Amino acid sequence: MARWDPFEGMEALRSEIDQVFNRATPQFAPMFRTAFLPGRAAREYPLINIYDDQNTVYIEALAPGADPASFNISMAGENLTLSGEKRRAPGEIKPEAFHREERAAGKFVRNIELPVDVDATKVKAEYKNGLLLLHLPKSEKAKPRQISVQVA
Amino acid sequence: MAEKTVATTSGKQTGTTMSRERTRDQERYIQPPVDIYENPEGLILLADLPGVAPGEVDVRLEDNILTIQAKAKHAITAEPIYREFELFNFFRQFELSDQVDQGNITARLNNGVLTLELPKAEKAKPRQISVQVERAAA
Repeated sequence: MARWDPFEGMEALRSEIDQVFNRATPQFAPMFRTAFLPGRAAREYPLINIYDDQNTVYIEALAPGADPASFNISMAGENLTLSGEKRRAPGEIKPEAFHREERAAGKFVRNIELPVDVDATKVKAEYKNGLLLLHLPKSEKAKPRQISVQVA
Repeated sequence: MAEKTVATTSGKQTGTTMSRERTRDQERYIQPPVDIYENPEGLILLADLPGVAPGEVDVRLEDNILTIQAKAKHAITAEPIYREFELFNFFRQFELSDQVDQGNITARLNNGVLTLELPKAEKAKPRQISVQVERAAA
């Protein structure tokens, strides 16, 4: 027969709470982040959509008004890093001149882990209508291959 | 420049109505975020319209109401495997005062940002009035 031990119950509760905190990724609970706080730019921007067809993976990033010269796209293995800067307005404007300030502005950086192996030498990027489009051709071994069935 | 929170229907010339109350209107609209700032010549309005091609934006001025309406499209038609954003059509209205020179508003769309220049009307510009000093009769 087990004896009731109040400390054991408390210990279990404590480890359960610890687990919740361990699970909390910055995305879900930024206030639980204990590491050195990153700058503004390290948030998950720009937002991206990923598309896929037989030969290519496409990434569409929402970046209206970004400076096209500031884009910096690099690849290391399956990690793609996307960075750039969006300026609020051309030239210097005094803060008191603003009547409304709703648009987000600033530097951004984002790491994307690609779902498949791509051929880094053939990656193409295009900036059109405020959307950054990346064409990432899949590497030969990542492409789907049709296997024919032989009937004996 | 006040914002119109209740959509105003457009006039008869175009025959299209832009009221959001119609049950037939299946399309979804969102308000684009804007920055408005002032410079000596007038007001500059910047609106983020991602995914809008230059031909798909409609800026209209009618009865002092400035309407921005735009259609946004995704650039890629392949099968989506991961999604973080959707593109909706944009709609936003502002009420202009007569301090804006309504005949000389210019608009341009660049990299998904609409820039509207609203010059000040002559009467709204600051004017220096020179003071004439009358010489007292000696």
